[in-house]
Amino acid sequence: MTPVLELEAITKRFGPLLANDGISLSLGEGEVLALLGENGAGKTTLMNILFGHYRPDSGEVRVMGRPLLPGRPRAALAAGVGMVHQHFTLAGNLSVLENVMIGSEPLLRFRSRRAEARARLLSLAERFGLPVTPEARVGDLSVGERQRVEILKALYRQARILILDEPTAVLARPEAERLFETLRGMAREGLSVIFISHKLHEVMAASDRVVVLRAGRMVAERATRDTTPAELAELMVGSRVVRPRRDRRASGDVVLEAQAVTLREGETTRLDCIDFTLRAGEILGIVGVSGNGQAALGRLLSGLARPTEGRLLLDGQDLSALGPRTLGRAGLGRIPEDRHAEGVIGDLPVWENATLERLREPAFSSGGFVRRGAARTHAQSLIERFDIRGATPDTRTRLLSGGNMQKLILGRVLASGPRVIVANQPTRGLDEGAIASVHARLLEARAQGAAVLLISEELEEAVGLSDRLQAIVKGRLSAPIAAEEADARRLGLMMAGVWDAQNAA
Amino acid sequence: MNDLLGLFLTASLWAAVLNIATPLIFGTLGALLCERAGVLNLGIEGIMTMGAMIGWLTVYGGGGLWTGLLVAAAAGALLGLLHAGLTVPLGLSQHVAGLGITLLASALAAYLYRLLVEIGDLPPTIVPFQPLRIPGLSDIPFLGEVLFSRTPPTYLALVAALVLGLVLARTPLGLAVRMTGENPHAVEAQGLDPVRIRIGAVVAGSALMGVGGAFLTTAAFNSFFPAMVQGRGWICIALVVFASWRPGRALLGALLFALFDAYQLRLQAVVPGVPYQLFLMAPYLLSILALTVVARRAQVPEALMAPYRRGER
Amino acid sequence: MRLERRSHVPLALAATTPLAAVAAALVLAGAFIALAGVSPLTAYAEMLRGALGSRLSLTEMLTRATPLMLTGLAAAVAFRARVWNIGAEGQFYAGALLAAWAGHSLLAGWPAPLAIALLMLGGMVAGALLLLGPLALRLGFGVDEVVTTLLLNFVVVLFVGLMIEGPLKDPMAFGWPQSVPVPGDLRLPDLVPRSRLHVGLLVALAAAAVVWLINARTVWGREMKAAGLSPRAAAFAGVSLPRTLVGVALLSGGLAGLAGAVEVLGSTGYVTTTLSPGFGYAGIVVAMLAALHPAGVVAAAVFVATIFVGADAMSRATGVPSFIADVIMALALLSMLVALLFTTHRIAR
Repeated sequence: MTPVLELEAITKRFGPLLANDGISLSLGEGEVLALLGENGAGKTTLMNILFGHYRPDSGEVRVMGRPLLPGRPRAALAAGVGMVHQHFTLAGNLSVLENVMIGSEPLLRFRSRRAEARARLLSLAERFGLPVTPEARVGDLSVGERQRVEILKALYRQARILILDEPTAVLARPEAERLFETLRGMAREGLSVIFISHKLHEVMAASDRVVVLRAGRMVAERATRDTTPAELAELMVGSRVVRPRRDRRASGDVVLEAQAVTLREGETTRLDCIDFTLRAGEILGIVGVSGNGQAALGRLLSGLARPTEGRLLLDGQDLSALGPRTLGRAGLGRIPEDRHAEGVIGDLPVWENATLERLREPAFSSGGFVRRGAARTHAQSLIERFDIRGATPDTRTRLLSGGNMQKLILGRVLASGPRVIVANQPTRGLDEGAIASVHARLLEARAQGAAVLLISEELEEAVGLSDRLQAIVKGRLSAPIAAEEADARRLGLMMAGVWDAQNAA
Repeated sequence: MNDLLGLFLTASLWAAVLNIATPLIFGTLGALLCERAGVLNLGIEGIMTMGAMIGWLTVYGGGGLWTGLLVAAAAGALLGLLHAGLTVPLGLSQHVAGLGITLLASALAAYLYRLLVEIGDLPPTIVPFQPLRIPGLSDIPFLGEVLFSRTPPTYLALVAALVLGLVLARTPLGLAVRMTGENPHAVEAQGLDPVRIRIGAVVAGSALMGVGGAFLTTAAFNSFFPAMVQGRGWICIALVVFASWRPGRALLGALLFALFDAYQLRLQAVVPGVPYQLFLMAPYLLSILALTVVARRAQVPEALMAPYRRGER
Repeated sequence: MRLERRSHVPLALAATTPLAAVAAALVLAGAFIALAGVSPLTAYAEMLRGALGSRLSLTEMLTRATPLMLTGLAAAVAFRARVWNIGAEGQFYAGALLAAWAGHSLLAGWPAPLAIALLMLGGMVAGALLLLGPLALRLGFGVDEVVTTLLLNFVVVLFVGLMIEGPLKDPMAFGWPQSVPVPGDLRLPDLVPRSRLHVGLLVALAAAAVVWLINARTVWGREMKAAGLSPRAAAFAGVSLPRTLVGVALLSGGLAGLAGAVEVLGSTGYVTTTLSPGFGYAGIVVAMLAALHPAGVVAAAVFVATIFVGADAMSRATGVPSFIADVIMALALLSMLVALLFTTHRIAR
């Protein structure tokens, strides 16, 4: 196979962090290459260099044997490289056609040739089986449809090499399978594909070859048929990190209960008549594909939104009117979905982030004045108890790594001995070591009798930790199933919204 | 009561509407162009002041009236470049930088005027633009007086609204500007440079603001004084929101506002005993009211005021 | 060229930032002074002499710095919580008008200390209420407060004009539009005999100390800061944004209103529509030069007052228009903005 793309000795630093360390790889025509690695392994950085978003410190990218001008997406596009970004680069207020056309015409042309562009877009959509409506406003499309637009954008620019960054992160299983089918079809037509992933099963199912990155280095390259998921897992993580496992134990009384809760915001129904019960000493996992109401559920249980209808009960008491701080005092600890946007304030020191939600409690203030000594001492004890590395009470929180930031948040929650913990995507973006430590802490809390509501898009995590599972689809919750009954097929169906049929069967 | 409504039937009211609207049209279009690319330009008040001063000064110094407008546009563009330089590549606070530009431009205008112009008992004057009666059309009763006997910059403002509307809606450049205001990352990912597009839009928009200011001294009036812009820039910023960032509606908004302003001016003469300040307050209060009515419904460019720094995640 | 965030802000750098910004502003403004055919060095020397060179000029400068400290604090408090209060000018007039009116017609004859305290409080309330409107529009309707506060400045000045030509007109002022005066015993006492400097300066310094205490030591102060840095994270931690921001508005508007009241009670005794030569807008510059720190506000206000008082004297001596003071101030603001960026970022590569 002739290489259409070669990366040679790519090195990139961000300050003290060595993101890519002398990585070389090549891609053949019609080949599907998987780039496998944990969060932070350097996959996205490498692809951003390839596409020209970043300029490498050293090394070279060659397309069809010709060196690519570094740091210029325009050059990459011209050479036939297209990229489907994980965070779609689309404008929600503009139409599909406008999103596809941007940058494809000379800027100073007197008038856009929209009719021509529309015809070409529709013919591409037809050829690759990616139906779209050119006039639709992108903001009104589903996530899957947006991804289609993002792929069509690359094809419209006549990409011969397609890079997809975590393309299945936002897709349900059936959608993901359809996507890989499309990619296979493209490869048969001679396109070359690189996709980034950290999910072993899709790498095994969809790629011809796998390149494994770890801590910025390329650690292995395998033909997919010559390797096994177990080997890839070990290569990806390096030294084997074993995620802690849940032991069987009887759960206690019901602590938290949702009765037919509906949440509407403006015109949109975010949560649609959901029910769940959560018992002391158990973990209830809420699984689902991103964007199906997890954020709203998190807001609801964090005291940031009130049920429009239905009741939320803690120990039989109505919670509906409580805010974040009163929830905290009632014994409910919260781990937010987005560490950086909600969990901590990067420019404040660790001690303030450790105490902000409890600042009005007598432990940390008196007469309206902050008891800084007490707050610092508390922060110091969290740092020690939860092994928050690189932190002193006065460190600016921004400087902590993601894992240590999450330890701070977890510590803040656990230190007050909550009876209920709402953990929304608690390991998102963390590396394997940090994931294991978060899991261990949650299981420890469970063992001590806390009730944990785990909202997670990582199926493996949810199944591994939870006693029972419910799926969230378009704001509705399935009936719970015991973790022991959860197999891949059944979960896949649940997450696709097919549970009524299941119950009927 | 008949008097109050009768005012609407006088040609002079409607003629005044276009005169009052002209600087607002230029200013609003300019601010709209900046914001469509994602940059709030609070330098507008100062840029209009500078345009008013330097446009007038050019004519006073012997230049032609059109040269005056051109110099005002160039001065606006230069100040826009400064604002863009601070807010786009450096990503500084658009609020504070814009206010800084307004303070700087207003101060410089006053300083240079005082330095370069000899002022006696009365401020010196120039011969401003005269109405250009469009042959044939200007003889139509009523409409001829209202629409076709205006000064040339007024016609220019109407043309500018049309051109900006077409450019934004129909050309690749316009699409690039709009996309930059919605999502600069999408622009970069398609091989265009959002930094340059933003700078270009701010420079061009600020040039329009400069022309709007120059209208005050070369057409509406014939001399300059430092406080003459009187918050028109801020009103333009409000009109952009009112217009939901669309050139056509911006034109309409400016005309509506001017109608109100022209009407209250005439009302002062008709209704005795009411302090004139109450009438003068009305336009500002109206702007606040208009903002309040539309704020929730307006479709704000998604990346407005979000700095874009390349490679920063 | 790319900017990257510094992991640590060197203290020396943070401390010298305002000095660098001021130096840059003076160099840039020097070019415009040279345009007038005057050596910038001569001009600056004249300015220093005019502002600091004698007991009289020094007291005059401090008199000018007093309202600037208060409007500077008003802007600093608001900006720290990302409330863009550009309406200090209007709030200043609101406070001034209320003090003049109440001092003349409501509290005349009251015991001086109590009346003065009440008048200052009244000024604060007037300013605070004026800012509450735009804030309510922001919280309730999503209206950007920058534009509304700016527009209200014009409304308030017109209202002042209406009052001093109408109900509050001073019949003894030979037709000049100015308000009736506050009785002499309700005026703030002089701080330095035979000068215009009044105890308002002490009020401003005390206000700076109080703001510092609130910012650094109280729960409210920390919550205001959190709400400014990250509204989402603050809300998640249970900080009530509406309540916090209303507090910010009351404090900020109150400080600007206090500035107006102090100016009337201390300096003029009455209100005109030219009472403020832009104290509200200059307060923004003061706050930014101070990097929003209360102690910095005091220093920055002294600097800005030096420029303004010095420029008048310099203008008389050299013929350079005194508008140069506004030019220097604006340039200092823009330079400070750039300089602040380089304390938190550096140029990579």
